[in-house]
Amino acid sequence: MLAYIARRLLATIPVMAIVAVLVFSMLRLTPGDPAAIIAGAAATSQDIIDIRARLGLDRSIVAQFFVWIGNVLTGDFGESFFFKKQVAALIADRVGPTLALATTTMILSVLVAVPLGVIAAWKQGTWIDRIVMGFSVLGFSVPVFVVGYVLIYIFAVELSWLPVQGYQPLREGLWGFLQRLILPSLTLSVIYIALIARITRTSVLEVLNEDYIRTARAKGLPDRVVLMKHALRNAAVPIVTIIGIGVALLIGGVVVTESVFSIPGLGRLTVDAVLARDYPTVQAVILLFSAVYVLLNLVVDVAYTFLDPRIRY
Amino acid sequence: MLRTRCLKFAVLAAAAAVGAFVLPTAQAQTTLRVVMHSDLKIVDPIWTTAYITRNHGYMIYDTLFATDANGKVQPQMLEKYAVSADGLTYTLTLRDGLLWHDGAPVTAEDCVASIRRWGAKDAMGQKMMSFVKDFAIIDAKTFRINLTSPTGLVVGGLGKPSSAAPFMMPKRVAETSPNEQISDFTGSGPFVFKKDEWKPGDKAVYVKFDKYKPRAEPPSGMAGGKVVKVDRIEWRAVADQQTAVNALLAGEIDYIEQPAHDLLPVLKKDAGVKLVDINPLGNQYAFRFNSTVKPFDNPKVKQALLYAFNQEDFLKATIGDPTYYKVCLEMFICGTPLGSTKGTDGLLQSNFVKAKQLLTEAGYDGTPIVLLHSTDLQVLTNLAPVAKSLMEKAGFKVDMQDMDWQTVVARRAKKEPPSQGGWSAFLTSWVSADVLNPVATAFLNSSCDKALFGWPCDAEIEKLRDQFAREADPAKQKAIAEAVQLAWAQDPTHVFLGQWYQPAAVRKNIDGFVIAPVTVFWNVTKTGK
Repeated sequence: MLAYIARRLLATIPVMAIVAVLVFSMLRLTPGDPAAIIAGAAATSQDIIDIRARLGLDRSIVAQFFVWIGNVLTGDFGESFFFKKQVAALIADRVGPTLALATTTMILSVLVAVPLGVIAAWKQGTWIDRIVMGFSVLGFSVPVFVVGYVLIYIFAVELSWLPVQGYQPLREGLWGFLQRLILPSLTLSVIYIALIARITRTSVLEVLNEDYIRTARAKGLPDRVVLMKHALRNAAVPIVTIIGIGVALLIGGVVVTESVFSIPGLGRLTVDAVLARDYPTVQAVILLFSAVYVLLNLVVDVAYTFLDPRIRY
Repeated sequence: MLRTRCLKFAVLAAAAAVGAFVLPTAQAQTTLRVVMHSDLKIVDPIWTTAYITRNHGYMIYDTLFATDANGKVQPQMLEKYAVSADGLTYTLTLRDGLLWHDGAPVTAEDCVASIRRWGAKDAMGQKMMSFVKDFAIIDAKTFRINLTSPTGLVVGGLGKPSSAAPFMMPKRVAETSPNEQISDFTGSGPFVFKKDEWKPGDKAVYVKFDKYKPRAEPPSGMAGGKVVKVDRIEWRAVADQQTAVNALLAGEIDYIEQPAHDLLPVLKKDAGVKLVDINPLGNQYAFRFNSTVKPFDNPKVKQALLYAFNQEDFLKATIGDPTYYKVCLEMFICGTPLGSTKGTDGLLQSNFVKAKQLLTEAGYDGTPIVLLHSTDLQVLTNLAPVAKSLMEKAGFKVDMQDMDWQTVVARRAKKEPPSQGGWSAFLTSWVSADVLNPVATAFLNSSCDKALFGWPCDAEIEKLRDQFAREADPAKQKAIAEAVQLAWAQDPTHVFLGQWYQPAAVRKNIDGFVIAPVTVFWNVTKTGK
């Protein structure tokens, strides 16, 4: 197993290298010029040329790439073109809100979706199944920002139970921290509940037709035990896969929710950086997201061995 | 059993973590939470002309002169100033008791270094510096500006209200190259920037500078007493307009600088919110030609547009509610000292017959106009489609290309022909305070390669701008401004497309906003929650 993990970790190196080349090239091919943006409306062409030179953007793309990659290999992601701050520090500031949002969303999603999926499978073809699947389709269909605005209108503007926007770090108080995560987590979890509930239902349904389930029932085991001990455990591999992918997607894909709820997380940092053509920041964030994807996939693969003893690497 | 133990451990660990992190936080007496028009990214107001950075500048820096509500330049950091009889020497004396945020006194040396840095970067500053022979320090509070020839630009330039305003910085900071960003944010203005609390994308924080010495006069425009009446101001970065409005309605924030016009009806209906027009000068839309490429290298083709366009169509399409726009055929803004309709008879009334006639006379061969269409800024989005429609009615062939504003910004700097990634025209908006005279109006700069993107080349306009810079008599300045407008009508540098106004949305317990072209927070009070 350790050898497998080591091999997989080594395999991340070429993946990250390809990502680095791709993100670097694509940014340079994208229309837009950070120097022109920095210079402002009343800047002359000479001002823009001066700024380009100071940012090192007047060098060839190949030269820029090697300077950047050389620095990255020493752990230096450079300085943001705009914020006059180290990119690593910018990212460190933004990781907390995104992780908090992703964690609460995933906990909420799993706690709601897995039981719903199991129940839907157990009661296949009944009104319960249809309601769960109906909500699931709705969860996929309604855009996240619509859910966000509706929740804000009801719970923040009309009822004044929760704040409209913002983020408060945990160190400034547990209630303030949770209070500001409830609506964004609910908003984001809608789609993940839909996704996980559907996958859970399908996986459990497949397992419920297996011989060993029939055997368990024939032994007189109650439905609860059959479902939880025999069916769900054997259906866990696809469910864990989708949860793992969901976590990875969440970390990189909370842009809309972070914007609607004004949470200063990685998603908004990425969008701001892309709009401003802040190359060092975009490059670092994309590398980070890629690393998270790769590592989460590894964690999911390793988790399979615990869930299904037949799987060995 | 193992699972139960794990659960217990997790609960205990979480409780311990919460206990460790929950610390008492100091509550400021009065905190104003505001959403500005943009997130603060760059904090050097000389290095960039971005309006948000200019606003930041007014929070923490002060200026030697400032423009009052009547458009008159008044001493601000100065106790007095004197101009020699020949107009060649300005002697400026600082007020007593001016301090930097680190407690050191503001000195004449600091101010000279600051003027030099601003003068190296800002277009009006560069023009002013072209008249400056040297500076002389008389004593800690007094310095002299010696000129090579008289100009009205010393007071006008040092009192200009908008980007880049000549903010005073400590000498050690002002000696930073104008092409490098400063990293020391020590000012002498009414607020102190909390660098440690600044989180780009989240918030910028300012606290009252207790040792700031305001002038005795009441506030007027950018001039007068800057008396701070709140303890702390947080600029919150809320990117989504709807969220900002919801937060204002819920009382989580106190002020939105530029709420979207389509959300104003929602705000008007709420009993806890009021709309305030802080900047009655408003903003001016503009259509910019690229004068170096076909067909806009021909003055008659540009004139054809002056006849094809009308302001109302643009203003209706973007602003909608006539309360918030004004058709104005005065280049230097209606209701200001230099505002005049001279030379605009018959223009901007969508006279397509005349436009077509001019195109024929110009021999327009159907060269497509590459019109850059910014699609992500609400106040600009609808301008280009209106321009396209009117141009096509006049006989132009238009290739409108959609892109985000930052791509427009990058593209407009390109001098290549439109077929090779360049451009023919784009539309933008200026704060009216930036276009109040021929020297400040950046689009009038007609110095060819040294001009702003579009690079018009017009010796007549440049001569008049130079005369304006040398002239100190307001009546003569007005005559020159009118002459500029006449010259512009013959060979336009741009088309001004009307004025629009942006009310701010404020909670009703917030008062005292100063009517000025820049949002400033001195004199603002907050009562109750």
